Amino acid sequence: MSHDHAHSHDHPHGSDLSPVEARVRALESLLTEKGYIDPAALDTLVDLYENKVGPHAGARVVARAWVDPAYRVRLLSDATRAIAELGIGGRGGEHMVVVANTPETHNLVVCTLCSCYPWPVLGLPPIWYKAPPYRARAVIDPRGVLAEFGVSIPESTRITVWDSTAETRYMVLPMRPANTEGFSEEALAALVTRDAMIGTGLPDSMPPTAPEMPL
Amino acid sequence: MSTPSPKAFAAPWEAQVFALVVALQEAELFTWSEWAEALGREIRPDDGPERAADYGAWLATLEKILTERGVTATESVATRTDAFLRAAAATPHGQPIRLENDPLYRA
Repeated sequence: MSHDHAHSHDHPHGSDLSPVEARVRALESLLTEKGYIDPAALDTLVDLYENKVGPHAGARVVARAWVDPAYRVRLLSDATRAIAELGIGGRGGEHMVVVANTPETHNLVVCTLCSCYPWPVLGLPPIWYKAPPYRARAVIDPRGVLAEFGVSIPESTRITVWDSTAETRYMVLPMRPANTEGFSEEALAALVTRDAMIGTGLPDSMPPTAPEMPL
Repeated sequence: MSTPSPKAFAAPWEAQVFALVVALQEAELFTWSEWAEALGREIRPDDGPERAADYGAWLATLEKILTERGVTATESVATRTDAFLRAAAATPHGQPIRLENDPLYRA
């Protein structure tokens, strides 16, 4: 690439770097000099979490559990291992626990300490998950929190709140939506939203883009 | 009403902070439990309300851990931050900001 420009820059303005950006660059350059980190490895990590890891992985797990009763049993007894069967795992998912919604119980996941979250199946947490109101209110008023998410749970259904930590991270196995008999595993996975696996949502009852009716 | 595929990071610096923390955890500078405890303390200041566990809190937590462990001194981070700010001001817009662009840079 040539450094010759067709025109000269009449305005030699500098670049903008905010104080926080400068601080992060300072840390990165100092840590690189001291041999703690490799900038290329950082780029790989960013690409992984920006483009590859996300709730689509958890949705595959849920869909498998919906179509395969034996897998569901394995998932609920040893989630880390059952999730690994699908080639999913790694940092932030070393000890997973999956809790199943039933007509009697709805599960809701929070991290009351900070923002612990099952990265391999859900990606990185949404902003509201890390905010004080959710951290506090999920425990003391789960039904109110669900209402704010537009989720109404029958009064007769009890709500169980699970507190994720650095050691143990929870994911919700939602109930399979009605009228999905005959759906392929892929079609089912497309119904599973991120929030459904946190417990602040329910799976879509229809595919996002109306496909041909199955059957 | 759910957001199907939100962006993981709101700004590039957030992604860099996240990657730094993961890389340093993997270099065994701290465990995830130690990290969660430190982050939990950071977002609960003695003199104010509880804060979000966002990437700003991650950055503050990371700086504290690095200082405590003697990896980077507060002073050297501040000095290097100033150098990057000067380097940015001296870098034409659109070009990569390099430390060498700092007018006071000495190799």
